[in-house]
This record gives sequence, C-alpha cells and structure tokens, in this order.
Amino acid sequence: MAAVRTSSEVAFNRIAIAAVLIATLIFLAPIYWIASTAFKPKELAVSVPPTVLFQPEVTPFIRLFTKRVQMQKPVDPQVYEAAPWWEKRIYDGGERVLKVGKDVQLSQYPDRFMNSLIVAVISTVLAVGMGTFTAYGFSRFKIAGEADLLFFILSTRMLPPVVVAIPMFLMYRMVGLNDSHIGLIILYVAFNLSFSVWLMKGFMDEIPKEYEEAALVDGYTRMQAFFKIVLPEAATGIAATAVFCFITAWNEYAFALIMTNRRAQTAPPFIPSQIGSGLPDWTTIAAGTFLFLLPVAIFTFLLRNHLLRGVTFGAIRK
Amino acid sequence: MTQIELRGIEKFFGAVQVIHNLNLAIADNEFIVLLGQSGCGKTTTLRAVAGLETIDKGDILIDGKPVQHLKAADRDIAMVFQSFSLYPHMTVFENVAFPLRATRMSSGEVDKSVREVARVLRITDLLDKRPSALSGGDMQRVAIGRALVRRPKAMLMDEPIGALDAKLREEMRAEIKRLHVKQGSTTIYVTHDQIEAMSLADRIVIMHEGFIQQVGTPDEVYSHPANLFVAQFVGSPVMNIAEARVADQAGAASVTVGEAPAGFEFPRQLLSKLNGHSNGGLTLGIRPEGVLVRHDAAPGYMPVEASIIEPLGSFDIVDLKVGSAMLRARTKAGYVSGPGERVHVRIDPEQAHFFDTASGKSLGVRL
Repeated sequence: MAAVRTSSEVAFNRIAIAAVLIATLIFLAPIYWIASTAFKPKELAVSVPPTVLFQPEVTPFIRLFTKRVQMQKPVDPQVYEAAPWWEKRIYDGGERVLKVGKDVQLSQYPDRFMNSLIVAVISTVLAVGMGTFTAYGFSRFKIAGEADLLFFILSTRMLPPVVVAIPMFLMYRMVGLNDSHIGLIILYVAFNLSFSVWLMKGFMDEIPKEYEEAALVDGYTRMQAFFKIVLPEAATGIAATAVFCFITAWNEYAFALIMTNRRAQTAPPFIPSQIGSGLPDWTTIAAGTFLFLLPVAIFTFLLRNHLLRGVTFGAIRK
Repeated sequence: MTQIELRGIEKFFGAVQVIHNLNLAIADNEFIVLLGQSGCGKTTTLRAVAGLETIDKGDILIDGKPVQHLKAADRDIAMVFQSFSLYPHMTVFENVAFPLRATRMSSGEVDKSVREVARVLRITDLLDKRPSALSGGDMQRVAIGRALVRRPKAMLMDEPIGALDAKLREEMRAEIKRLHVKQGSTTIYVTHDQIEAMSLADRIVIMHEGFIQQVGTPDEVYSHPANLFVAQFVGSPVMNIAEARVADQAGAASVTVGEAPAGFEFPRQLLSKLNGHSNGGLTLGIRPEGVLVRHDAAPGYMPVEASIIEPLGSFDIVDLKVGSAMLRARTKAGYVSGPGERVHVRIDPEQAHFFDTASGKSLGVRL
C-alpha cells in the first residue's frame, strides 16, 4: 500500500534519514569512547590526538578485577616465568598482582557490580509491581480525591533528590539502614514509585474496562481477571516502566555515594574511586564503565519489542 | 428455564437518577430488546442485571431468587459487549474457552464444548487465529461463542452489532435471530436501532430518560404506540405529528391540522371517542403510509402542493404542505413527479393515532 510520493517528499525523507543517522552517531560517540578506551594500552588512553587504530588489550580488565601494588624492584625472573599470562601483563606494566598465599586477591569490582545488580533488580521489581497495582486501582475505581492523590504522588519528584540527601543520611544512620542493600532498595523504590504509578496509569487507562468486565461475567474474580487479562495486556507498559526504573536505579550515583561505603556500595560510586593516586588510570575506569553499561544494554535489548510496540493492537472497537 | 424479573429498580449516578422505578418480567426463552437513545438507561439496566453495576433500590430476580447482592461471577449470566472485548493475547480457541477455564471442567470437555460452539457459529477455521486477524463479523461470532459456551442461564447483549458496518449488521442480525431460534435462551438485548429491535425482539422495552415508555411486541409498539415518544421513535420514516382540531361537520368528524382551511374527514364516532379532547391539546399522529395520495380529485381528498420528494428506491417520501403543517406521505416510486406538483391527499382514519398534547399519552382511539 505504497502511497504516492512526490519528489519533495522523497527529498524530505532522505534528510530525515540523514538527521537520524547523525543523531545516532552523536549518541554513540561517548559509548565508542568508553569502549575503545577500555581496550587501550595505558599510555594511549591520554594521547593527543586520540589514537583510533591500536592493538586492543585486555590489561585494563585484568587490572579492574585484581588488586595490585606498585612494584618496588624488578621481580625475580623465575617468578615471572611461572606466572600465568594475565599476571605477566601486569608485571609488564611495572605492577604486581596482590596475593594472599597462593590465591589472587580479587578487586572489589565484582562485589560492587553484584550490589548494583541486587539493588537495581529488586528495587525495579518492587517499584513496577507496586506501581502496577496502584495504577490499576486509580484507573479502575472511583477514589475520593483521586486527582489530589496522584498529584501528591508526583510531587515527591518535584524537588531535586540531593536536597534530601543529608536528612536521609542522618535518618538512615539513626535506624541503621546506611550502607545496607535494603536501605538503597527502599530509597530507589520510593524514588521510582511515583514515576511507575504515573506511567502505568497511562497504560492501564488504555486497557478497555470491558476486558475485565467480560471476565467478571464469565465467572472470574477481579483478582483473577487482573492476573489473567490485565497483566498480559499491560505487558508493554510494564516492560517500558521496568526499563526506565532499572536505568534510574542502576545509574543512581549521589545517594549511593552518600549512603554506602563498603558492604552495599554499588558500582557507580566505586568506579571513579579507582582513579588511584598519581597518573589517573583511565583505561581501568573505562573497563569498569564498559562492563557496567552491559546489563542495561542487554535488558533494554531484550525488551525492545515491547518498547517499540507501544499500545497493543487489541480486538476492541473504539 | 430462566425467568428474570426486575422489581422497582432505581439507580443514581451521583445526584442524577438514571433509572426510575423500573419493573419488568422476562419469561423463559424470551428475547427482550431494550430500545432507546443513548443515555436512556438501557445499558445501565443491562449492566445491573449482569452485576457490573449496583442498584440503589429494588430487586433483580433470576428464577425467583434475588441476585442483586451477588457478584457478576455468581449470577451465571453471559454478556456480549459492543466492543466484543476479545482478549488480544489469546487465540480464538482460548477466548471461547476462557469462561470454561473458570470452572472445574476437564480440558477434554473444554475442548469438546468449544468445538461444538465453534461448529454452530461456523468459526471452526478460526480457532487458532488471534482476534486481531479477524473481521468484525467474525469477532462478533467469537464473542457470542464465548457467551454461549458456558450454557448460561441468560444472555445479555449490549449493542453487539452496533460497531459493524450496515451490510454486516444485517447479516449478523439474521444470525443472532437464527441462533436464538435454534439454541433458545432468555436474552436481553440493548440497542438504539429500532430496526434491530423490531426484527429480533419477542418484546421491545422502549426507554427514555430512565423511564420505561412502553413494553410490547414489535407489532404492538408499532401499531399502538403508548405515547408520542414511542410513536416517533419506532418506525422509519418517522410518524407525522401535528396539532389537530376536531369539529363536527355535517354528520362526520373533521380533523384540521396546521390551521388548514379545510379538515380531513373522519368517521363520526371519533367525536365520542375523543371524549372532550376535541378542542385544543390534541395531537394527531399518522405514519407516512397512512397519508394517502392520488393525482385526481376524489371525495374526502384535499388538494395540496408537494414540496420535497425523497426517492428511497422502492418508495418515495413526499412532503406535503397542509396549511402550515408538513405531512410526509409514502408513495410508489416516482408517483409524484416533482416539487410543486398539486396532488390530492387524505388521511386513513384507521391508521390515525391521537395523543394528549400536554402529557404525550395516547388517547387509545382506534377507528
């Protein structure tokens, strides 16, 4: 069903495509920068002009995952020969891999990464779950002061979160929630919930009431109708909301920096702390950031169909 | 065997009363059509029976048992929605099977029931498709199938074919009728389309502003409208309504409309039957087919001028100026050649209706 197109429309179409390509390049540039730096040798990371072609290395990742010390004196050649390949790379850079007895000392990066995963996944599930139920309630039932309540929910997003960081920190310390997973999860859920409620309300409103009414007449309870009909229909909205909540929780820096320092510290405040002393090691930071980008990218990639599909094409006449 | 009875139903939306003291008894296997304009309370009534809407007063009895406090799920009633409301994420089979999944029926039995219903509705080929791949008529068949599969006590239909285009609507109308004759179930059907109502109903319930205006067979509401609202709502083209005066003239009754110089001749007994309504406050109702037109003069016919002619294929509707009033007559196609032509007109006394202008109520005069 190709519509007739005039030459000016074709030209416009080409310009539009070009604009999209340029925008895409601009958005991809920082990601390329991070990814390429993560595989560069240390000295090329800060070369001016930037090196584009180079022999990719994995040393940044080895440094990211290991604890190292600056080498004081040349290492015994026998020790060097006996070491595995990735240890040799570190020796070549003038450093030494830290070991306790025979075992390699891992850096804190895997722990911090796990913390990020735990906090982001759990807080996303909670925020989207609670948001979905709340939105359903707002969408389907007459609630006294509905507009005011929704506004109140939204108002929690109106002040910059950092404004409340200090009082939150004091309160958290008082109740012993600082530097705990649960503390960060509560914080992120509270932060994402208003967003989740509003977004899901929009999606819920799109689902025709008749769907549930048909189920109610057909012998189902409202709860069953919710799970069998509403949830599958809301899948697109849930996916979109989950992606946004996950990104927010995953990338959150300020609160994570203030509220956590060891046990529950997430990756965002940890990565820059690896700058180290002396010459900043940009390649290690880039490696940490590169790995840190992957979960969001994968999550979004998996849900891309839901994100693009928008509103479901239902069998409903409007 | 299902009887439904509505007793003294009242329903408010906030301060607005949408149903006023509604009483209706529906017999087993009866096809009842609730007919009215949008906002007349017909859909609210239907939803109250289904259990999707609470009522503020009155009783809803199914087989003699009050059900107004039961949840929709516990009333054993099926409903077909105007929007069809087929679940897009399920196949046609799963859609039809959905009500059965709420019961403890084994999957083998579910399969058998679904296929049986699909056979009756001729949708067997569609069972594996998704609703979005169906045409409007097929969607409606599936929706009806979902309602039938459980063999419910009663079927409720809320403008089930209102969203279809005209040709399909006619087809589905015949199909619903066929199904009802074949399967037989107590049915309440809501529509604003009087043709649908006339063709489907055993009895029509005409509603307006939350009040029942008339309950009767299609023939009753057409031939004996209880009031001006029903008279004008049922029948197409619409019944002519005109203020009328009745006078005794040389042994016959003379009915004058629109301050015309002469009146139409009616039998003398009209005067006694009108019983004092002859002067003022009287409205004449006559359907276009009761306005008789001929070219040449004849006793009892009045010369008038034709103004607008609407050809409708098998017949024409001709607007005739009688005094200041317009009477629309139904003539053979092409009988009146064009506007301005002079013809002769008479009103068939047997088809005339008389209403009290103030109350709108029919005076029940039949000649």
